[in-house]
Amino acid sequence: MSERQTSAKVAPTRTPAFEARLKKRYASERRFKALGLSAIVFSLAVLVFLLATMTINGIGGFQRTEMKVPIDFPSMGLSMNAQIASEQEAVQRLSGQGLREVVQFSAEEALGEEAAQNLNGEAWRQVAEAIYIDPGMLQREEVFWLPASEDLASAYAGDGQIALQPLAQELAEAGNLDNRFDTGFLSRADATDPQLVGIWGALKGSILTMVVTLLLAFPIGVLAALYLEEYAPKNRWTDLIEVSINNLAAVPSIIFGLLGMAVFLWLFPSYRSAPLIGGMTLALMTMPVIVISGRNAIKAVPPSIRDGALAIGASPVQVVFHHVLPLALPGILTGTIIGMARALGETAPLLLIGMRAFVATPPDGFTDNATVLPMQIFLWSDEISRGFVERTSAAIIVLLAFLLLMNGLAIYLRNRFEKKW
Amino acid sequence: MSPAIPLLLALGLGLAGWLVARARAWTFKRTAPHGRIAALPSYHAWYAALWIGVPLLIWFVLWDSISQQLVFSYVLASPEAATLPDFGLRREAILIEARTIAEGSATRVLNDESYALAEPFRQAMARFDIIGIVIGLLIAAAGAAWAFLRLKPDFAARTKVERLVLATLLIASLVAILTTLGIFVTLVFETVRFFGMVSPLDFLFGTQWNPDPMSTSPNPDGDRYGAIPLFWGTLFIGAIIAMIVAIPLGMMSAIYLTQYAAPRVRAWVKPALEILAGVPTVVYGYFAALTIAPFIRDVANSLGYANASSESALAAGLVMGVMIIPFVSSMADDSIAAVPQAMRDGSLAMGATTNETIRRVIVPAALPGIVGGVMLAVSRAIGETMIVVMAASTAANLSANPLESMTTVTVQIVALLTGEGSFDHPATLAAFALGFVLFLVTLALNFIALRVVKRFREAYE
Repeated sequence: MSERQTSAKVAPTRTPAFEARLKKRYASERRFKALGLSAIVFSLAVLVFLLATMTINGIGGFQRTEMKVPIDFPSMGLSMNAQIASEQEAVQRLSGQGLREVVQFSAEEALGEEAAQNLNGEAWRQVAEAIYIDPGMLQREEVFWLPASEDLASAYAGDGQIALQPLAQELAEAGNLDNRFDTGFLSRADATDPQLVGIWGALKGSILTMVVTLLLAFPIGVLAALYLEEYAPKNRWTDLIEVSINNLAAVPSIIFGLLGMAVFLWLFPSYRSAPLIGGMTLALMTMPVIVISGRNAIKAVPPSIRDGALAIGASPVQVVFHHVLPLALPGILTGTIIGMARALGETAPLLLIGMRAFVATPPDGFTDNATVLPMQIFLWSDEISRGFVERTSAAIIVLLAFLLLMNGLAIYLRNRFEKKW
Repeated sequence: MSPAIPLLLALGLGLAGWLVARARAWTFKRTAPHGRIAALPSYHAWYAALWIGVPLLIWFVLWDSISQQLVFSYVLASPEAATLPDFGLRREAILIEARTIAEGSATRVLNDESYALAEPFRQAMARFDIIGIVIGLLIAAAGAAWAFLRLKPDFAARTKVERLVLATLLIASLVAILTTLGIFVTLVFETVRFFGMVSPLDFLFGTQWNPDPMSTSPNPDGDRYGAIPLFWGTLFIGAIIAMIVAIPLGMMSAIYLTQYAAPRVRAWVKPALEILAGVPTVVYGYFAALTIAPFIRDVANSLGYANASSESALAAGLVMGVMIIPFVSSMADDSIAAVPQAMRDGSLAMGATTNETIRRVIVPAALPGIVGGVMLAVSRAIGETMIVVMAASTAANLSANPLESMTTVTVQIVALLTGEGSFDHPATLAAFALGFVLFLVTLALNFIALRVVKRFREAYE
């Protein structure tokens, strides 16, 4: 009771002006906090919007518009014995026997002449491939879902030629035209028709390029990191090496493209647009990332381990290769995966060294003409047809999935092997 | 010859040498006094394997480049080559095609003359492959002889092997210097050639950019190579528009995450923001060109601005800014974290609200680090290629209106080098000059930024 009386006697510290000022300061505090939150929300919203746009567009890209064509093989008089060696040969032989006309004729019978004209010109190949896998098909009637022409596909999607839209509608209502999951999208290579394109060519090119990059950048990066961290004397040369590695990490990627173009294409003019050259160029770009992360991982290995090994008579090389490197390896791997993820998404340097050619067959080796996934996205983005818009987004989904996988692996490795000494 | 053959040969012979040498080293144990040898048997084995494998590999790498020249001269000397066109692109195309046929990697080609040349190519390649392998085997035998003659019980194989390992490490770290040197020499060399044709003053201070890769005049018009509009476009998109987006958003995100957010929120939001930096730039470029640019044009049109370009600087800059956000925010995060807790506690104890503490104490203290981070972000933005290649225009335009189309240095490098121009044309060389300017500017920005960050860090230690 008495306390309250004494406090009442003290002159009020909170004058109305003070109260007003305090209110203002708190309001400003709330505004500031809201501003910070909205910055984050905005950034994340952009990310979500980006991913959502790609996913919504891209889901359609995994599908294609296909027509239902029943083919009654026994009545068509095709013959093919089971001992055909290669698919290529089988397709050629069936083409010689008039498979193309058979497919066209069956489509006309089932769907009418106008619809048959809008069957994709390469649809019969799919039938030929199916026969190659299962020659017994020739003894029975089989129902195929075959790709429609690009025009009909865009008419079915609601744009493109107005004249075709009624036909598309009619076929769809009869259940003969539908957007179906395109199993071939992951197994075919580039083409000029969005109905026939696939991603395997670019994906394989990416894989080959990444293999070259990894084989070059990883050993060189790790060895350089070991040298700098464990053996390098403190002198002007070491400083020069350090400065150039840090600088390389900051050089814009397109400059590496200029280097690759001027040096690698001059050394190996016949390997233009081959994964070998692409991988070499990207390796130069990835190497500094691996060196820097590798040095941090090596630095984190406590000196007591080195001292212990030296004390029982190991040579400096044995210390590093028997003790330090195995302990630092998880950290180095994390850095390597992050560097490789960057290289996988990189386009600009490859643009300059010529990996932008149209490549319709997946590359078979490191010296074949190839393209990579981001480059395929870039090339398709130049196509105006609606079909390609969806295909591009689908390719982006595949690329992002790969990147997510790699980054997830890096995070997993980091958590799994993180050590406190 | 496919690269697998020499590789397998070197590995196989090396392994054989390894096994034989190790077996031999074990026999030393019996003959040596007290059964001790100077190095473990496996070091003897490595010594032999390295002496066999390494020279062999070096030889095959050398032979690969030598034999290509020899094959060409052999083919050109063959009677079938008499029908070749004299010089120029067609001749080269035929030669390259003939070789792909001979290698078996292409079955059908564009020029029919190639088929006739394939046979001499095949002969030449077979002949030089055999020569290469025979010499390679001789080299391997010599290496093996050298190594085996030196294997003795008291031979210090470990020291020798370790010296080689150290040399390998040193060489690996020299790759960085070689790359830097390669970049520098390439850029300087081509830039000097370019400046032999176009005056540096015209290039650096001219305001008209309109190179014509198809023109054939030996001395080009210097007026067409004024790079000021490119520098302006680069600056405007990368350093102005992108930074207007990235700096406030990045800063505020960093402040919120470090000062306000609960640790659990921070643990989720920070990596989520970092995804923004991990999205490939080609995806951003596609997003900008497909979604953002048309949207901006439509908004501008509906606001009554009729001339908005569908390749506006604004679209490219905005998207680039979004890409840079995590970069700015993590740099700001680091430098805010470096401000000592005592300073924050002191300010709060005086009765300041959190935001007053942040604005009056933390941000000023962290400012050098933040500025350094922003400079790094700028250097990244002006070197960024795919976003601007896909979303910005190729037409040079000196304007301050973000709704107009503009071009950047990187866009022009790509445009000039992916065209049909020959390597000696000033338009092609101009790309290298632009690359050189870009290289110098980004290096300078990085250098200054790192200096600023480093100096600031030391202040509290």
